[in-house]
Amino acid sequence: MTDQVAAAVATAFRAEWGQVVATLIRMTGDWDLAEECAQDAFAAALERWPRDGVPRRPGAWLTTTARNRALDRLRREAVGAEKLRRLAVLDAPDSEEGGDENGVGDDRLRLMFTCCHPALGLEAQVALTLRTLAGLTTAEIARAFLVTEQTMSRRLVRAKTKIRNAGIPYRVPPAHLLPERTTAVLGVLYLLFNEGYAASEGADLVRRNLCGEAIRLARVLAALMPGEPEIRGLLALMLLHDARRATRVDASGVLVTLEHQDRTRWDPGEIAEGTEILERALLEGRPGAYQVQAAIAACHASAAKAADTDWAQIVALYDRLALLVPSPVVHLNRAVAVGMAEGPPAGLALVDALAESGELDGYHLLPATRADLLRRMGRDGEAADAYRQALTLAANDSERRYLAGRLAEVT
Amino acid sequence: MRYVLMLCSDVSDETVAGQDPDMVGCGGWTEDMERRGILRGATGLRPSSDATTLRVRRDEVLLTDGPFAETKDQIGGFSVIDCADLDEAIELAAAHPWARVGQIEIRPVWQP
Repeated sequence: MTDQVAAAVATAFRAEWGQVVATLIRMTGDWDLAEECAQDAFAAALERWPRDGVPRRPGAWLTTTARNRALDRLRREAVGAEKLRRLAVLDAPDSEEGGDENGVGDDRLRLMFTCCHPALGLEAQVALTLRTLAGLTTAEIARAFLVTEQTMSRRLVRAKTKIRNAGIPYRVPPAHLLPERTTAVLGVLYLLFNEGYAASEGADLVRRNLCGEAIRLARVLAALMPGEPEIRGLLALMLLHDARRATRVDASGVLVTLEHQDRTRWDPGEIAEGTEILERALLEGRPGAYQVQAAIAACHASAAKAADTDWAQIVALYDRLALLVPSPVVHLNRAVAVGMAEGPPAGLALVDALAESGELDGYHLLPATRADLLRRMGRDGEAADAYRQALTLAANDSERRYLAGRLAEVT
Repeated sequence: MRYVLMLCSDVSDETVAGQDPDMVGCGGWTEDMERRGILRGATGLRPSSDATTLRVRRDEVLLTDGPFAETKDQIGGFSVIDCADLDEAIELAAAHPWARVGQIEIRPVWQP
């Protein structure tokens, strides 16, 4: 029984924390007070739910409890007009969903856009999102980003101070700002996901769980903004990548390339869900960079064997992506696909042209890609030189061990 | 002649950075200057950690968290605006022609 209640509180925490904090920020305008009162509400749930039973609508119970807690605190401290004004807002019969000018009125959405406001540094955006929306503690976020708790705490305090003092509005941006601000939110979620994806098996659990947190927040965002296919594109992309997370390094932590991953260990549930979400998003006929990247990931995920991969289709998708995101990294990935679709010499010509441009100087995947193409063409001496060059540039340990293994094959 | 006095401080000095202007006693000087008809306007600013720096390049608004720190940059002028929030301040600053050639630091004015 108690176990069941504890599980119910844990479930409610994951599902409702962001909503409770977001609503309390709207009501009080005070981020610290909102977090503290949300914490108090969950503590109260642990105490009262075993006795009174789990409420029918846990989220509403938690929000009401947190609001009453905020009222108590403000009444105790209330001096001055500002506090009285806040009290008046809190005391008013629930002024639910006032709605911003574009009609999107969910508090979590307001919180997401405020956390990812471009006037905040990217690190601060990520930290605020994890603290206020996902409910991670400061210590957990510090562990996830490999900094001390003190550093993370300062980062969070500074970000909240800036929101208050610089006048960053707590709202969903108006229509003319919405597209670029939505892009900023998606950028933060994708960064979160990639941090988790790059984490090694031995890394802290919180760090590895960043993928799950990013997917969870993307689901919330996709549900709140159903008219934006790019949000679903990102969700699909993350699901399709996450499906093969377990196979991307071997038992000893060495990188395993897509070609050699054990496809029977890819998560079929995530692949099916990601593919379906992507297909529906594409039906809207507004493909953006995330949808195209998800489509590339889907091409890989749908090939039962590496040899079955539809490389011509992938080249076509990279052509599309290069128009949307004219970055040299996209051109490098396109060169890899061309090397598979048309043979290594065609890929090598593109890689050499990129090297000539100097745009990717210092990027280890440029010589690594070149090395793989040369190896497949049987030009072992040149391949070895390129692998050595890649090794001097690569920082990630599992990638370095992969490159060292390849170098040994050609020398 | 008219002059602008720029009140600067070493931001790494915690005892000075972010000080409430009233605590330092700026008010007395201001009142004295007003009495003598010398002061044309004055305001304290929030610390540079609350600043946002803006540039417009190729019609794109680029924002950075913090001040325009480079020491070789110098202040060339200033405007005081009154608007609803930072989003509006960003839009107004982005429309300033200077945003296309230089950069504009948006710093909140100290309000008790």
